[in-house]
Amino acid sequence: MIEVRSLKKSFGAQPVLQDVSFRIENGESVVIIGRSGGGKSVLLKHIIGLLQPDAGAVLIDSEDIVAMNERQLLRVRRKFGMVFQGAALFDSMTVAENVAFGLRRHEHLTEAEIAKRVAATLDMVDLPGTENKNPAELSGGMRKRVGLARAIIYEPQIVLYDEPTTGLDPIVSDSIDKLIIRVRDHLRVTSIVVTHDMRSARRVGNRVLMLHDKKIYANCTPEALFTSQDSVVRQFVDGVADS
Amino acid sequence: MLSLRAMNFLAGTWVGEWLVGLGRITLLSREAIASASTFKFSRRDVLYQIYFIGIKSQSVVIVTGAFTGMVLAAQTYFQFHKVKMDTATLAVVSVSMCSELGPVLTALMVAGRVGAAIAAEIGTMRVTEQIDALRTLATHPTDYLVVPRLVASIIAVPLLTVESMIVGIAASYAVAVGLLGIDPAYAWWNMLKYSGDVDVMIGLIKSVFYGGIIAMVGCYKGLSCSVGAEGVGRATTEAVVYSSITILICNFFLTLVLEHICIILGL
Repeated sequence: MIEVRSLKKSFGAQPVLQDVSFRIENGESVVIIGRSGGGKSVLLKHIIGLLQPDAGAVLIDSEDIVAMNERQLLRVRRKFGMVFQGAALFDSMTVAENVAFGLRRHEHLTEAEIAKRVAATLDMVDLPGTENKNPAELSGGMRKRVGLARAIIYEPQIVLYDEPTTGLDPIVSDSIDKLIIRVRDHLRVTSIVVTHDMRSARRVGNRVLMLHDKKIYANCTPEALFTSQDSVVRQFVDGVADS
Repeated sequence: MLSLRAMNFLAGTWVGEWLVGLGRITLLSREAIASASTFKFSRRDVLYQIYFIGIKSQSVVIVTGAFTGMVLAAQTYFQFHKVKMDTATLAVVSVSMCSELGPVLTALMVAGRVGAAIAAEIGTMRVTEQIDALRTLATHPTDYLVVPRLVASIIAVPLLTVESMIVGIAASYAVAVGLLGIDPAYAWWNMLKYSGDVDVMIGLIKSVFYGGIIAMVGCYKGLSCSVGAEGVGRATTEAVVYSSITILICNFFLTLVLEHICIILGL
């Protein structure tokens, strides 16, 4: 269970989040939407402890991670997998080394077992046989798939996606959405997806949190969001610029 | 104690920024030493870094050592020849190469090559979110990035320093005997008489400190670099400049302290 209580964050004099609170139950698939630069990725980074808030609490399975130091956070982070907007693959390593990174660091497995797990995970993200490729040889969609494989290989309880379909064409975006749903259903993980792709939000989320004006403006099902008559929600869903 | 007003004034100046940087690098060094002392770092990563810092720096160190020894021999000979002390040339070269020039010039060359590379690599990892990715994979950046480089640098720089000393003395011998016509037997005998284990020891102790400075400044600058290509460029430049200046300042204080210890111990 993830609970965020009265979270506040500013960068210098610029407030980004003000009094943000919500709760996500185990197994839920939650989409966080909002305008570019609205603090969605900042919120996601607070959930995994990559950023420290100015005030408020982030509870992971009832443990407040805000008070933890970097070493204490390492234990909590083993519950998480995270897919970055730009994939953040280690460019000095091959695909197999990237995917196996978490296993090699934290589990005592033989090379044969690691190779087997890597092959199975790459198969799951529809990238079989790419073990020896370098990240520079991969397309944007392939990089995100490798990032996802790296995040799920050690079977975390929670997977965070930071704009997984940004910069991809509609067909590749659709395949990434299907992959997120497949991972959610096969591994029974809690998913949190940050996106401003409304089609993606509708497909992968059981619930939508809309971040607007530094606060959670809407917290509802995708159906309720898409049929809402609220002017702010409608403007975002319909993609209409300010006049 | 500094008043709050004085601290606020300092915060906006380069002195304040310098103090903050010094504090942060001290904390990073403490974290790295604590992590290294658990011996849980990857041996494979350390070996790779020794290869990168040590093996790949050899050509630079050999050329620097050789030509420094050669010019030192020539310059010393030209001065000593005036007072008929030609055969003391190699003694001066040997002591200088072992306790001062060998460790300092090696460290400066390695700082230029390796310090810049460390800052650029880690800085690029930072701006492309690879360091955040490490943290999400429950890996502490200090354990994975800083400790192998620190351990490798502390091992490799003294080895490179020894190489520089040997090459420098050999090159100076070749110049002194082959080019300047100094009697080889007297030159060699004087060298052994006036330089000893303690000079080599001082040089090696210094090089351990310099290895640590190169790795820590490079890692710190990489980890704290600002976003964008400009940030990586600045971090790279600052890593070289700051580590070189720190090495030169430390050299003075280490010389005073180590020579004083030698006097106390009667070495």
